[in-house]
Amino acid sequence: ARGVGAGRGSVRFSRLFSSQAVMTKLGQWLCGLALLGSAWAALALGPPGLQLPVPFRQALLPLPIYLLVAFGCYSLATVGYRLATFNDCEEAAAELQEHISAARTDLRRRGLRF
Amino acid sequence: MAAGSADKFSVLLPTYNERENLPLVVWLLARTFQESGNNFEIIIIDDGSPDGTQEIAEQLEKIYGSDKILLRPRPRKLGLGTAYIHGMKHATGNFIVIMDADLSHHVSLYFIKQKEGNFDIVSGTRYKGNGGVYGWDLKRKLISRGANFLTQVLLRPGASDLTGSFRLYRKEVLQKLMDKCVSKGYVFQMEMIVRARQLGFTIGEVPISFVDRVYGESKLGGNEIVSFLKGLLTLFATT
Repeated sequence: ARGVGAGRGSVRFSRLFSSQAVMTKLGQWLCGLALLGSAWAALALGPPGLQLPVPFRQALLPLPIYLLVAFGCYSLATVGYRLATFNDCEEAAAELQEHISAARTDLRRRGLRF
Repeated sequence: MAAGSADKFSVLLPTYNERENLPLVVWLLARTFQESGNNFEIIIIDDGSPDGTQEIAEQLEKIYGSDKILLRPRPRKLGLGTAYIHGMKHATGNFIVIMDADLSHHVSLYFIKQKEGNFDIVSGTRYKGNGGVYGWDLKRKLISRGANFLTQVLLRPGASDLTGSFRLYRKEVLQKLMDKCVSKGYVFQMEMIVRARQLGFTIGEVPISFVDRVYGESKLGGNEIVSFLKGLLTLFATT
C-alpha cells in the first residue's frame, strides 16, 4: 500500500536518464522553466516563421508575470488558511500536565531522586 | 518476519541537558509500551551533559532494568546524526523510534498506524487531522506554516510535516537512509523523509499534539530561520 503520497516527479524524470540517476528538485525546476520559457518565447516573442496573430501574442506576453502574481496570491491564501485552521491542543496540554504529575509521583515511589 | 514473532521497539533518545525531562519521557514511553503490550527498549545516548542527565539515566536503569534502559553515553556533544548511528548499533528491536527527549511530543499510537498500513516509516504531523500545537503565538504559527508551505512547494516530499522529529522506522529502512543522508542537525530529519520517498518507502502519518517544551527553552529565533532556509535550499539542490 502506498502511504501519504504526492508527486512522483523524481521517479518520472529518472526514466529519462539512467535507471540510477535521479534528477534533483532544482534540476526539475530548471528543466520545467526552460521548457515553458522556450515555449513562451517562441509563441509570444514571435520569431519570424512562427507568427501567431497579434492579439494572441499580446495576450501571451505578460503571461509569466500573471502566473507569478497568481502563484503569490495562491501562496498567501493557502498559508493564511492553514494558519487560521492550525489546531490548538488544549486537551493535549492538560493531559500532559496530568501525566507529568503521575510520572513524578510514581517515580518518586519507585526510588527516583529528582 | 516469521509468523508469530513479536515486534520489538527500540527507542533512540539522544540527550543533552535533559535532566528534568528524561525521567518523564521514559515513564511515558514505558507506560505506553506496557499498555499496548509491546516489547521495547530505550537507548539513552547522553553526550556528556553537565547537568547530571547521565546520573538520572542510571537511576532509571535501576528502576526499569538494564534490558529496558540501555545507557550508551558519549564523552561530549557529537551531533544528532552520529548519536542515531551510535544508538542503532546497540538496538535489538526490528523497529526504531526516534524522538526528542524534550516532552514536545505527546506519545501516541504510532504502532497501530504502522500495522494498519504496514508502513516503512510512520511520522507525526502537526498539520493534519487533529494534530496541532499548544502554547504557540500567532507569529510562531505563521512562521511554521510559511516554512512548511515553502518546503512542500520546493521538495514535494509526500509528507505534510518534515520538521517534527517523532518517527517510527523499520530498522533496515533507517539503516539504509542513514547511509544516504548527509545533512546535519534537524535538516537531516527532513532529508530522511525526502530520500525515503525517492527510494520508494511507504510513509504513514499520525496527527500529533506538539505541546511546547515544558522544561527548557524552545528555539525559534532569526538564526534558526536562516539555518532552516539554508538547509531547505541545500536539499532542493541536492535531492
